[in-house]
Amino acid sequence: MTRWIDNLAILLALLGLWYLAWWQAGDSAITPPVQTLKFALYLLGSADFWPHVWATVLAFLYALAISAVLGITLGLVLGLHRFSGEVFEPILASFYTIPKVTLYPLMLLIFGLGLSAKVAFGVIHGMIPVTLFTLAAVKNIPGVLTRTARALRLSPRQTALHVLMPAVLPEIISGLRIGFALTFLGVLIGEMFASQRGLGFLIINGINQHDVARTTAVIVIVVTAAVLANGALLRLDRHARHDV
Amino acid sequence: MSTPTAHATLRGVTRIYPSLVHALGPVDLDLRQGEFFSVVGPSGCGKSTLLDVLAGLSAPTSGTIAFEGRPVNGVPDGVGVVFQEDSSFAWLNVQDNVAFGLRRAGMEAAEIKRRVEYALGFMGLRDFATAFPAQLSGGMRQRVCIARTLVMQPRLILLDEPFGALDQQTRLLMGDELLRLWRETGATVMLITHALDEAAMLSDRVGVMSSRPGCFIDLAVTDWPRARDSRIVSDPAFGLLTARLWSSLRAESMKAIGRVA
Repeated sequence: MTRWIDNLAILLALLGLWYLAWWQAGDSAITPPVQTLKFALYLLGSADFWPHVWATVLAFLYALAISAVLGITLGLVLGLHRFSGEVFEPILASFYTIPKVTLYPLMLLIFGLGLSAKVAFGVIHGMIPVTLFTLAAVKNIPGVLTRTARALRLSPRQTALHVLMPAVLPEIISGLRIGFALTFLGVLIGEMFASQRGLGFLIINGINQHDVARTTAVIVIVVTAAVLANGALLRLDRHARHDV
Repeated sequence: MSTPTAHATLRGVTRIYPSLVHALGPVDLDLRQGEFFSVVGPSGCGKSTLLDVLAGLSAPTSGTIAFEGRPVNGVPDGVGVVFQEDSSFAWLNVQDNVAFGLRRAGMEAAEIKRRVEYALGFMGLRDFATAFPAQLSGGMRQRVCIARTLVMQPRLILLDEPFGALDQQTRLLMGDELLRLWRETGATVMLITHALDEAAMLSDRVGVMSSRPGCFIDLAVTDWPRARDSRIVSDPAFGLLTARLWSSLRAESMKAIGRVA
């Protein structure tokens, strides 16, 4: 009940800030909430809009799948092999902090315009947090759990399946949640600079044509989708931790 | 030395770590069938190392260990271990935690259900069967770990300071539960503890270890009746016994903290 009221309060505060921004910056930069919502609904009902959504969703799903598979695999390998983990963890952590937009020209030259560049850009954003979270999860498995497995005479396979995997799963889900958001960010940035399709393209194209209503509406649609997805993942995350 | 009723025997057991720290021994010990044996000693004396090698969790550097007449190589069937740290599985609720070992061993569901229900009742966990460890206190989580060991019906139960992280009152009550468990199962129990009163209250025999490398320097026989509980702390003999243990241990404890006795 209180959580519901909290969410409503946050929503009202955001709407207030939105009005304030519109009141300060005017129609040339942003459209007010009601007008934007109407335009967003119009966009969602128009046939021209959906190919852009699918382009973004497709690139995002590819990028997320690659981030997850590569990130978890690399994290497991580095976590289990202590020496490689100690070598690569600081390298990954520093790569995580560099502004990856600066690599964008390089990615374009390597992958060319289109889907693969978008996917690659999503992956370099999303993969590292998944790797780092997985690595930390494996490294921090309490020794007493593996000792318990041995005391209960579990086979190595049973230990991996019934002790190690469930022990690291909550951390990996947290990593995927962060990776999810950053992969989405990477794909959108990719679309802004090197694509003729997708939601990122619609935003940057709207700005170039000074179509304020379209730009604001697409931003609102993207933000709403991201917030909803993050909320769902946060629930999954809490559920996996048995944080009741 | 070996008696016909010896349940587990250690002969000339030492453990030297790869870092060349000589942690244990040489130790000779006979655990008698069905006795409650406690080990006390200064911190860092190798008590936990002793438990590890006896449980088959690590191999001794030299010497031999036998359980029920067979040499120990890996954790033997019939040995149960309870650790000091919380080892409950956070992703399983209480009854699934307790059933864990039986399920991995492939026991049939009806028998698992029967044993788990008994263990939950025995450890006072019935009302918490569907709770997760994060919702329980440290004492309750340790009960879960004891129940998880209990359902395996071990004939030798090894406990490594299982109440070390609990407050004094809870420890006394858990001691009572341990005595009850020991009486009902008829298992042989070896308890590692740093608490002299705990050792004096619970045990048939108490082994006092020297500072590292740990060897037994005293073996005290308590002569308590089998039907005993924590009220024994008001018995004058309890005071005498605790005093004896401390006089054996005092010099060793001072060595352990770097003082000359």
